[in-house]
Amino acid sequence: MVARLVSLTLLIAAWYAGSQLAGARLLPDPQTVAVAIVDEARSGALAFNLAATLARVVVAFTIAMAVGSVIGLVMGRSRLADRLGDPWLIVLLNLPALVIIVLAYVWAGLTETAAIAAVALNKLPIATVTVREGARSLDRALDDMAQVFRMGTWTRMRHVILPQLAPYLAAAARSGLSLVWKIVLIVELLGRPNGVGFEIGVAFQLFDVTRILAYALAFIAVMLAIETFLVQPLERHVARWRPKPA
Amino acid sequence: MSPAGVRNRLDVGIKQKSFSAASGGKLQVLGELAFSLGAGEVAALVGPSGCGKTTLLRIIAGLDRDYEGSVHLPAHGTLGMVFQEPRLLPWRTVEQNVRLAAPAVTDATLAALFDTLGLAAHRDHYPGELSLGLARRVALARAFAVEPDLLLLDEPFVSLDDALAARLRAELAELVNSRPVTTLLVTHDVDEAIELADRLLLLSVSPARVLGEVPIVRPRAPRTPAENAAVRDEIAKKINQAYL
Repeated sequence: MVARLVSLTLLIAAWYAGSQLAGARLLPDPQTVAVAIVDEARSGALAFNLAATLARVVVAFTIAMAVGSVIGLVMGRSRLADRLGDPWLIVLLNLPALVIIVLAYVWAGLTETAAIAAVALNKLPIATVTVREGARSLDRALDDMAQVFRMGTWTRMRHVILPQLAPYLAAAARSGLSLVWKIVLIVELLGRPNGVGFEIGVAFQLFDVTRILAYALAFIAVMLAIETFLVQPLERHVARWRPKPA
Repeated sequence: MSPAGVRNRLDVGIKQKSFSAASGGKLQVLGELAFSLGAGEVAALVGPSGCGKTTLLRIIAGLDRDYEGSVHLPAHGTLGMVFQEPRLLPWRTVEQNVRLAAPAVTDATLAALFDTLGLAAHRDHYPGELSLGLARRVALARAFAVEPDLLLLDEPFVSLDDALAARLRAELAELVNSRPVTTLLVTHDVDEAIELADRLLLLSVSPARVLGEVPIVRPRAPRTPAENAAVRDEIAKKINQAYL
């Protein structure tokens, strides 16, 4: 805890020193940015834009994780599905995020659906690949046990398969969340009339570095809160059966 | 209680079972192999390691359907099985492990089973917190909790020390006596078979077939070492006859 505080203090000190060197126009000092955050919060714009971005993150993330995990599970369990799906997966994995976003906007217009679909499509193949790896390493012995005792599909899924996939799902969720919010910002910059990405786009055109930093920091804080109060407790709950390291 | 027409026997009639070898060609593991088990009968399949006993058990359990022949399970075909390893779900407690396999088990039945097997204090433990001996007891409890029509035991006490294996054998004998169930025990340990079974089925080396049968007098009753030795001698004689 102390180490973290020291590290954070050092970061702020470095920022302050940097702003003195580069000048307030290129890198405003921490205090100025803090004041800007408070101003935006007072006007209500901060909450509105954070909420808009967060809503897109949540929806796109949920769709990508759900669909990507199901496809990954099927591909990991069935050799035929793996052979059929693999070329698609490779194409999708190697398609630049920007291409997917631009194509989505061109084909579906500058709509919310296009924006969310583009983000989900960017995240989906990564979830699929991670969960497929997990599905490939499922324990056959436990499968046999479940079959001998005639466990139902739901019981098998919930109590035999999902716990084995949990570390892979957690890894996919972790990397996914940070990726999704970064892509959401680009989507907003290119084709949405609100959200953190849109605000940063406006600030960029006005060369308003203070506002760019204010929005970026505010959103990082939101994601940090999600990580601390949602992701980590969930991980601890899922891993409660593991013997604790001494 | 079974409706008329429901068979209560286990009938195994395998013509042959082969695996494809990695080098190409076929590797035959089971030959002509036929036997039956009456309701409530406990039979031990005894044979050398690697003769195909586990393969046979997997076929009977329905885990391997790639064979020639037929298997008819008794009654409704509810299976209880104890594998060579405990095969518990590490992320579920002892009690959850049993209840997930046997959702219909009553609290009273479960309590009685846990009492008999000395698991009462371990209900809420996770498998990772148990010794191998305790984990095997949980696997036994799980197999009995489903109130099976057929109980399959695949070397359930392998890799335990002698004293612990003996104690678990005694507990299993008590369970089988108090709730009769058609049981097929696979083992390479003749003493284990003598102690638990009504009947021994001797298997040959691979490809396995039944060499002969030895009925056991007074199964699951305590015996003196001398009496045990007598039964063992008879089995040795049977094996010699079968090979000649």
